[in-house]
Amino acid sequence: MTPVRRRRLFMVMSLVLASGTAVALTTYALRQNINLFFAPTQVIAGEAPFDRVIRVGGLVVPGSISRDQETLQVSFDIADNSGVIRVSYSGILPDLFREGQGIVARGTLGPDHHIQAQEVLARHDEEYMPPEVAEALKRTSMTHDSY
Amino acid sequence: MSQTAASTRRRKRFKLPLWMYKLASPAYFDRLVGRIIPWLLIPGLVLLGIGLVWGLAFAPADYQQGDSFRIIYVHVPTAALSMGIYMAMAITAGIGLIWRIRLAALVSRNCAPIGAACTFLALATGALWGKPMWGTWWVWDARLTSELILLFLYLGYMALHEAFEDPEIGSRAAAILALVGVINIPIIHYSVEWWHTLHQGATIFKLDKPSIAPSMLWPLLVMLLAFALLSAANVLMRTRNNVLERRLQPDDDE
Repeated sequence: MTPVRRRRLFMVMSLVLASGTAVALTTYALRQNINLFFAPTQVIAGEAPFDRVIRVGGLVVPGSISRDQETLQVSFDIADNSGVIRVSYSGILPDLFREGQGIVARGTLGPDHHIQAQEVLARHDEEYMPPEVAEALKRTSMTHDSY
Repeated sequence: MSQTAASTRRRKRFKLPLWMYKLASPAYFDRLVGRIIPWLLIPGLVLLGIGLVWGLAFAPADYQQGDSFRIIYVHVPTAALSMGIYMAMAITAGIGLIWRIRLAALVSRNCAPIGAACTFLALATGALWGKPMWGTWWVWDARLTSELILLFLYLGYMALHEAFEDPEIGSRAAAILALVGVINIPIIHYSVEWWHTLHQGATIFKLDKPSIAPSMLWPLLVMLLAFALLSAANVLMRTRNNVLERRLQPDDDE
């Protein structure tokens, strides 16, 4: 390698390294802002602001869904490993919404950690399988009902 | 005397493999690529047909998402290639920049439209998948946003190429953009692990075994290979055209 090419290689590598460091520091500083949603534990710990619209994500607690018979009003609990918060919503829920499903609710936080949601989105996990396999898994292991 | 010895030693240590220099000769490249292209194009088209029919008609429906999940057979190959082609583009751009191998720069340049098309398809199929499943076409989460930035990087790379009177300078400026943009690739891949996102985690591109049933995985792998072969064929065909165009211009410095 000629000295000229060597110098160019060095310059290119330091350029990539420098921009990489800059981006890494920026994303590190902004890591909370990059998160799409707060987990229920974070909300309970007081990390989520009360005065503006936020997103909260968690799993729908089985047995906690209560629907109004007359309107589209629905409320349910979402939970992560160690926190539970209540969500109220009026509108059409996504098809994937069900007990145990991961959801992300956008809305404002009330004083008692109650979210008045304007939008509810469903998450799904990265597992794909035919219904028969899912059935069989459910039958064989009762620990598998986490989603 | 000792200085010459040192410089030869350095020269030996950092030399590219010989086949790369051979490949950089337009006549050799033309002959070699002419022989390779059919071996990429024909299997690519056959596998695309097989994969589409297999994935859309014969693979089982998902337990949770039903038939909607089938868009995975276009979404995952295009998304994976949007990143893979970017890496190919950046590496060849780097070789073109440092060693001034014009053919490498040419390959890099021809990666851009194919990669941009894959990125666009990944975003579009993702939106079509997101609406019925998540309940929204778009959300500014880390995965979707970084993939959108990838599209802008491709478009910026192409625009920068055209922005200079002298194509050589355009190619160098664009190469630097491509190299700086490499930092976005690990961000796209790990965004779903580093931050809370609406997008789910990786299904096949991870160290664990794929979390997809084998009956659904096989057609996906077929589609992945088909898209990769067709993209490679397309890049090489474009590059060969460029080489031929250049050889038709006798006043060119090559």
